[in-house]
Amino acid sequence: MVSGVGVAVEFVQYFGGVFEPISFLLLLGGTIGGLILGATPGLSPTMAVALLIPFTFQLAPTQGLILLGAAYTSTVAGGAVSAILLKIPGAPANIATALDGHEMARRGEGARALHLSFMASGIGGVTGVLLLIFLTPVLAQWALAFGPPHLFWMAILGVTVIGSLDSNSFVKGLLSGCLGLWLSMIGYDDIQGAQRFIFHDALTGGVNIITALIGIFAIPQVINMFAKGRVHRAIDAVAVDRQPISSSAAELTTHTKPLAIGTLVGSVIGLIPGVGGQIAGLLAYDQTKKFSRNNESFGKGEPAGVIAAESANNAMVGPSLVPLLTLSIPGSPTAAVLLGGLLIHGIFPGSDLFENHPDVAWTFINSMLIGQVLMVFFGIWVASYAARVARIPSSIMAAAVLVLALFGAYSVQQSMGDVHVMVVLGIAMYVLEKFGFSAAPLVLGLILGPIAEANFIQGSMIAAAVDGPWDYFFTGSLNIALITLVVASILWSFFTSGRAAPVVGERSERAKSAEEVS
Amino acid sequence: MKRRTLFAAALAASLASVGMVRAADYPDRPISVMVSYGAGGATDFQARIVTMVAGNEEYLGQPMVIINKPGAGGRVGWNWFASEAEADGYTLAAYNIPHFIAQSIEGGVKYEKSSFEPIANWGADPAVVVVPAGSEYNDIESLVAFASENPGKVTLSGAGLYVGHHIAALQLEKATGAKMAYIPTAGGGAAAMKAVIAGDVVAGINNLSDAFRAQEAGNVKILAVADLERNEFLPDVPTLMEAGFEVDNASVNFRGVMVPKGTPDNVIDLLAAKVPEMFANARVTGKMSAGGSPMKIMTRDEVIAMWDARQETLTELLAGLK
Repeated sequence: MVSGVGVAVEFVQYFGGVFEPISFLLLLGGTIGGLILGATPGLSPTMAVALLIPFTFQLAPTQGLILLGAAYTSTVAGGAVSAILLKIPGAPANIATALDGHEMARRGEGARALHLSFMASGIGGVTGVLLLIFLTPVLAQWALAFGPPHLFWMAILGVTVIGSLDSNSFVKGLLSGCLGLWLSMIGYDDIQGAQRFIFHDALTGGVNIITALIGIFAIPQVINMFAKGRVHRAIDAVAVDRQPISSSAAELTTHTKPLAIGTLVGSVIGLIPGVGGQIAGLLAYDQTKKFSRNNESFGKGEPAGVIAAESANNAMVGPSLVPLLTLSIPGSPTAAVLLGGLLIHGIFPGSDLFENHPDVAWTFINSMLIGQVLMVFFGIWVASYAARVARIPSSIMAAAVLVLALFGAYSVQQSMGDVHVMVVLGIAMYVLEKFGFSAAPLVLGLILGPIAEANFIQGSMIAAAVDGPWDYFFTGSLNIALITLVVASILWSFFTSGRAAPVVGERSERAKSAEEVS
Repeated sequence: MKRRTLFAAALAASLASVGMVRAADYPDRPISVMVSYGAGGATDFQARIVTMVAGNEEYLGQPMVIINKPGAGGRVGWNWFASEAEADGYTLAAYNIPHFIAQSIEGGVKYEKSSFEPIANWGADPAVVVVPAGSEYNDIESLVAFASENPGKVTLSGAGLYVGHHIAALQLEKATGAKMAYIPTAGGGAAAMKAVIAGDVVAGINNLSDAFRAQEAGNVKILAVADLERNEFLPDVPTLMEAGFEVDNASVNFRGVMVPKGTPDNVIDLLAAKVPEMFANARVTGKMSAGGSPMKIMTRDEVIAMWDARQETLTELLAGLK
């Protein structure tokens, strides 16, 4: 492996490749196309990259990878657009963005939210790619350090966040988290070979996470919008203020803490194969909330929440490719698709990739670096136009969101069954919301369930063959560190919820009365 | 002249009435190929390569479009294909052997071997036994010797249940008489390989193509191949047979295309003639070998024989599991 300084010189050397006419056009096309694909509900980054792979058949290896690299970066950030404006997270990475971002958009601050989100994405993303450039050998070891017991504890750490994600009620947060965990059990279990809760054929493959996201976030909204009816006051559109970029940039500088937490959590968690991308955004959001002085305002349009979530999910992009580029192990579904894109050009990633194909490897990484910057510019440019969707009367908006939701759910795996699942989950979520349950903990349960379960069962099977479960799950410095974090997180929740208990009661009273008025 | 047209029309009508598709017209629109694994996986990736020249006039003259229906280890896609796909020659699917046959023996699915008609085979990816690069085992004999002395202590990772890796592990256990712990992973072959590289397990069963790359990168050692003969990619690695263990090629992951039962014979004949030629196209084979994907082109008759042989071996092997 090359040393850090040697690398610094090397990657600069290959910058020229990105700026050749065709390559740069592909980079531009990949970035703009990626933003559009990412902003379309149902088209996750994985799918967007998979759709582009056939196009790279006709291109030279470096050019193909420039297209894929740019598209990967910008689809992740593009997911924020639908999360903020429509409250439909494009991928699990954008769930946390929707929580505060959509509230901001409803106040007419969509442009502000988008500006902050793209700038935070850019800063997080560039940091992540720089980590990939300079620390790859170190990071590769870190990625391998996580075995089944550690991933299990990692998921449990995520579970401890579930309760605190619901800003109204700790108990209701946990209950909806449990519901999510149960939903995640539906389908065929690959490890034990059992068919569970398959009430209908459409459930054989389980509940697809993207389908669930669309249903749970979009459908209750649609019903609410239609339920407002044609009352004149309700149709009145929100005034969308002009948002100068300079003031957004100035605002970002006052939020260095969420930015730092987001970037750090995103790049550290993003590395862990199989887990990272899904929960990095939510964990960063939760940490920011815990460390914030005004954590009451989270979930009600707090810019810090958007910044933390978006810097985390883009910071993850670079490090998530470390296992792929050094060990040839795709750590995320998107990385698996990228592996296909590399192989088709005869490039085998592995520890010698940077020696055998430095031009390809570095041009690919550089394209992600430049892609991050371009994405910020284009993102900000479209933000002010895109934010005007808040002016659309809600009845028209509801119809548009419904169409996008149906289209998105179908396109995930060309399955009408998924559309039915989406609608059922959406209607159920609408009812649950009436009783004060919220969507985010449920989705987190749905994401964490399989990770916790699969790793616990695998770990137990391995433990049975070696030292037994106690030694396997409870010894070793990484296990102990993670268990400490889990305990600290639980204690923190009790401490803060105990302290804030009276306030919570008062607030839910207020929420209820507000509901009655509207 | 007019009479002749009329005659042709009548003939067409009578052909249509018995469910035949006129060979001269077929195919007159794009053909979809259902892949029951996600976009970007090995099956999807290879299916996209082998079908990319379908639109050339000398083959089918119509493009083939890949449609992914992933879920439950392939069961979602194959269930759909057996129960809902139209048998009109415009809906094809990729098959994975031994997966779908093993699943149908296990039960709980809507298909069995006779639900599908094979067209042609494009690839064969044998299972191999791998250990981490730093492992103390340098040959299959020493690993098996350890497993015999320490029943259940050798953990073997693989890509799930009732897939090639699982079959190979079962065969290895049966042939050596040594009890080993097969650890299925939920994340497919990549997750199983990660478990080996990271040392989470003692050894693993994985695809030859992926293991070959991992070995080139210096991450693992390949101890043996579960096939009848040595592989061109790994001329120095012995087969399990050579090492003295009775493990045949039942676990080799064969990939190819098929149509639902009930597809008109003339369509099957046309596809069976053209598709193997298409697989042999120089651009296809070039891309496949660049990607490290071993090819094995087999005609419809050869595939029918292979399916029958698998059905027999797997029924016997899995009988003890149910």
